[in-house]
Amino acid sequence: MKKVLLSLLVLILSATTVFAAGAAETAGTDDGGLIRVGIINNDPNESGYRTANDADLKRVFTEENGYDASYYYSLRNDEQISGARTFIQDGVDYLILSAAGTAGWDSVLMDAQNEGIPVILFDRTVDADPSLYVAEVVSDTNLQGQTAVDWLASQNLDEYNIIHIQGVMGSSAQIGRTGALNEMVANNDNWNLVTQQTAEWNAETAQQIVQSVIDAGTPFNVIYAENDDMARGAVAALDRANISHGVDGDVIIMGFDCNKWALEELLAGRWNYDGQANPFQADTIDSIIKNLEQGIEPESKTIYLVEQGFDATTITQEDVDKYGI
Amino acid sequence: MTAETLKKTGSAGWMGLFRNQIFIPIAALLVLVIFNLIADPSFFQISYSLNSNGDPVLSGYLITILDNASELAILAIGMTLVTAASGGQDISVGATIAIAGSVVLRVLCGDNPRPDEMQASILTAFLVCCVVSMLFGAFNGALVAFLNIQPMIATLILYTAGRSIAAWINNNRLPIISDPSFGYFGTFLPGVPIPTPIFIALICMVIIALTLKFTTLGLYTQAVGINPNSAKLNGINPQMIKFITYVIMGLCVAVAGFIKVTRFSTINYSVVALDIEMDAILAVALGGNALSGGRFSMASSILGAYVIQFLTTTLFKFNVSSSALPAYKAVVVIALVVLSAPAVRAKMGKLWRSLQASKLKKEAA
Amino acid sequence: MQKDSVLEMRGIYKSFYSVKALQDVDFTLREGEIHALMGENGAGKSTLIKVLTGVYEKDAGEVFLKGAEGAVHIKSPEDAQNAGISTVYQEITLCPNLTVAENMYIGRTKGFVTNWRQMNAGARKMLESLGIPARAEQQLGTCSIAVQQMVAIARAVDMECKVLILDEPTSSLDESEVAKLFRLMLDLKSRGVGIIFVTHFLDQVYEVCDRITVLRDGKLVGEYAIENLPRVELVSKMLGKELNDLSDIKSGDEEAHIGSEVIYEAEGLSSSAARHPFDFSIHKGEVNGFTGLLGSGRSECVRAIFGADKVTGGKVRVNGKDVRISKPRDAMKHRIGYLPEDRKRDGIVGDLSVRDNIILALQVLDGFFHPISRAKAEKAADEYIKLLEIKTASSDTPIKSLSGGNQQKVILARWLLTDPQYLILDEPTRGIDIGTKIEIQKLVLQLAEKGKSVTFISSEIDEMLRTCSRLVVMRDGKTVGELRGADLTQNKIMSTIAGGGK
Repeated sequence: MKKVLLSLLVLILSATTVFAAGAAETAGTDDGGLIRVGIINNDPNESGYRTANDADLKRVFTEENGYDASYYYSLRNDEQISGARTFIQDGVDYLILSAAGTAGWDSVLMDAQNEGIPVILFDRTVDADPSLYVAEVVSDTNLQGQTAVDWLASQNLDEYNIIHIQGVMGSSAQIGRTGALNEMVANNDNWNLVTQQTAEWNAETAQQIVQSVIDAGTPFNVIYAENDDMARGAVAALDRANISHGVDGDVIIMGFDCNKWALEELLAGRWNYDGQANPFQADTIDSIIKNLEQGIEPESKTIYLVEQGFDATTITQEDVDKYGI
Repeated sequence: MTAETLKKTGSAGWMGLFRNQIFIPIAALLVLVIFNLIADPSFFQISYSLNSNGDPVLSGYLITILDNASELAILAIGMTLVTAASGGQDISVGATIAIAGSVVLRVLCGDNPRPDEMQASILTAFLVCCVVSMLFGAFNGALVAFLNIQPMIATLILYTAGRSIAAWINNNRLPIISDPSFGYFGTFLPGVPIPTPIFIALICMVIIALTLKFTTLGLYTQAVGINPNSAKLNGINPQMIKFITYVIMGLCVAVAGFIKVTRFSTINYSVVALDIEMDAILAVALGGNALSGGRFSMASSILGAYVIQFLTTTLFKFNVSSSALPAYKAVVVIALVVLSAPAVRAKMGKLWRSLQASKLKKEAA
Repeated sequence: MQKDSVLEMRGIYKSFYSVKALQDVDFTLREGEIHALMGENGAGKSTLIKVLTGVYEKDAGEVFLKGAEGAVHIKSPEDAQNAGISTVYQEITLCPNLTVAENMYIGRTKGFVTNWRQMNAGARKMLESLGIPARAEQQLGTCSIAVQQMVAIARAVDMECKVLILDEPTSSLDESEVAKLFRLMLDLKSRGVGIIFVTHFLDQVYEVCDRITVLRDGKLVGEYAIENLPRVELVSKMLGKELNDLSDIKSGDEEAHIGSEVIYEAEGLSSSAARHPFDFSIHKGEVNGFTGLLGSGRSECVRAIFGADKVTGGKVRVNGKDVRISKPRDAMKHRIGYLPEDRKRDGIVGDLSVRDNIILALQVLDGFFHPISRAKAEKAADEYIKLLEIKTASSDTPIKSLSGGNQQKVILARWLLTDPQYLILDEPTRGIDIGTKIEIQKLVLQLAEKGKSVTFISSEIDEMLRTCSRLVVMRDGKTVGELRGADLTQNKIMSTIAGGGK
């Protein structure tokens, strides 16, 4: 009996910790004329991208701006779904959602529709009929990859020997950023992949992958890392082997996400390129809602964010301050 | 007559090695070495050059393996003790490494995530990190030892919450330390061509070896893991021993976390040391230690950690495609774990004996 | 194969590494007989049983079964079961959280569909016909150990076994339970089942068995009808030497060396297990005993003395000084040793070597920062292995691979090594062979002569009579009498236990 009680206690304890980790900030009670939005997002600690994304949402959805916003964070799809149900029961005016996983959202989106709550997806899309949501504000990761590869092609190297460090396999960022490069390599004889491996967004694994190529003595002149952390890991391996990189260096360094520190590396000329993954969707969502309030439907369901790539030779301190996350 | 006895003792010696726990990781290591030797003898080449700071460094696959296995080897020490005493594993080590690293950065950075100079000495930061990690270890240990909760369930709490706690410690910011002296611990000390983590791991091994030699920790943990009732009736406090192993695990986590943050002078809460608990548990299993607790061989576990890193580096070297990498690793791991299973080892021993017997018979005939 | 035999084993050989466990052993079991398999520990009894049940593969020899053409090959316990050989082990190998009926049918239902009603009915019928006091739907764990054992037997019988092996079934049963078990055995015998009975209790052998096969050092000594083999001869055949009368070991003047100093004294001592406060004291050089039926609280009392359970009250004096003993470590510091009743559960540390097991207690006394050196440990281990004649390949051998008696000697060595002034031995002779039993009894008397105090607990009253000069009798958790001198007779003890005395 004592044991049962104890394990119950622990269960409750762990449940509360988990809950605290992804706690919902309580929905405010109703008030004069504020638009009530329920925002479901991934845990802001997940990455710098997410932290910036969350901060951006909190910047826009304020009372001064006419909103009463409630947040629910979780990295788990099922928890997010139950969070969404709570918001629907609370009768929010809009449901704003960045889904942790793509599956399983049909029924809860249907509920929202039945209750007359418009759903706006941001950052990540879901496997559900498009009629169930009014808009999705997302990054075009294919375009991110294409922009980066186009930039690389514009460098007019005689030969491209690329170390390609991928993110977690199957993630949308990985698929988009890999796709364009793969196509280019397939179509051009002077583009070669020295190695193509996943470091799962991890700097240390990226370092090991590059170290392995260096140890093998295979020549290369481009490192195409699908995020900034992995590019940093790659650079650490180059520094260890005294291989020059960046502007005027032997190896071109490419990263993604535009972390502030990464843009600073660009500014210092140690890297060459950083592709943006725009976490600032709040303004777009804001204007969609304001339009809907006036009865104007968005022109298209899918709204892509403007995303650019930065070149070390042209980046300015202003860019770093403005676009660094 | 003497020749025969000689032969007998000779084969007994071989059999002894067969049955010895450390045989499995050694055999695995040998297989990897031979495989690489045949595939590409340059694998074992070590070269001496200068890095971009103008300091001398050694490089080559072997150095890479030794360097990158450091954290895992240190964790294997703690995991072995925890496994032996409590018959379960600590699955929170990856998350608590994030906490440990976060603490180091917080102490050094203060409130400014990008300080120009460090706010405290590295030693202070390391000591604070040790204390905090040991407290988290004590939390796990208390749940396991005093409340009798299954280790995996007890450590699930920090496994789930650890990375959030780590982010919270630094107010969700990602601090970066620009002072190069901080990076010495994760890379190279100026003028020393061998990566510092190798030395740190070595120091930890020496410390645990001395601890096992000059205290009764080994005997007590094994006795508690095998038969807590009996241990108690011999004056050992089983709860206290279990608790202590988790605190030691915390200390190992602190050191591993310290190495992790000094490698890049920063941290990424969500991916730092991700899944390292699984590798640490695997190291213990590869060392032939029963995951249900009891007898252990520390040397085997540590060797197991190096085998895992050897395997990872080999797979990188052979450029296994990203999508196939997990499959390759799984196959090799399954093979190694099956080989280290006591039942299989018993069978192998039997096979060996019958081979010997038939050989002797043949010779007699 | 003879006409009336159900099982014949001919010329069985089996060795492990270089140890010859069985050499040219024959064994014959006839229909409807209870056949005792006797021998000291290490004589080859268990090996023979394990060869028969397919746990071990024999190196040479043949096994014949009634109804089977030629020699049968039993390669696994499953084969044995299918051939009609069932085994009931000393430890219950059933599942305590299932019902009696489920336990009887577990692993025997064909396919996935279980007809519960039919199963329960079948079980009920079987329980009834064997006179086992348990309900089919009852959870097995709620039955007494004896009933659980009987259920195990019922399961075996229900599988229509021709050969039933009972391996030490009685060692955890009290007398009335043993009697029930015997009734069941005789019943089965009358149904024509051949029963192989392995036990250490001579009384029991003479109570139920028809025939005895004696093994010694892996060789067959002989097969005897029970009436042709008096006890003393049986013992001498098992030991391989002529034995003086067993009772000779007691010199008769054991009270002579009892000193006047009180070594240990407790007043109103109680613990979470021994709820009734009790008083107890022991003098230097005295051997006393606690007796009473199983469950009478004798083990709980000595555990309280050692601090093994949570001590809840009472005053304790050691060597005349007030002390607190709340955990085993405290008792050990006052040079008290305790050999627990359940060797497997509380005594041995199975996977550790004999050496580590021997030094364990001394090591704890020496403290965390003073590990005993390998050389010193080896010396101590070798000394006691020699002194107590512990049969082990080396001091490195894991203790779990030793026979029960040798394990017990190792635990004894562990405490002797700490040089205790007061040693508590709870059932030190249970489940071990008669030769070792006598050695242990002798050792106890020697210790007393050297001025050590010993508390000796045994289920066998004559053993206590031989060693103890004072007996504390317990019933239902309370002390009901203390016997000494002329009162120390079997009858007097019985009547005190039963409550007729005084």
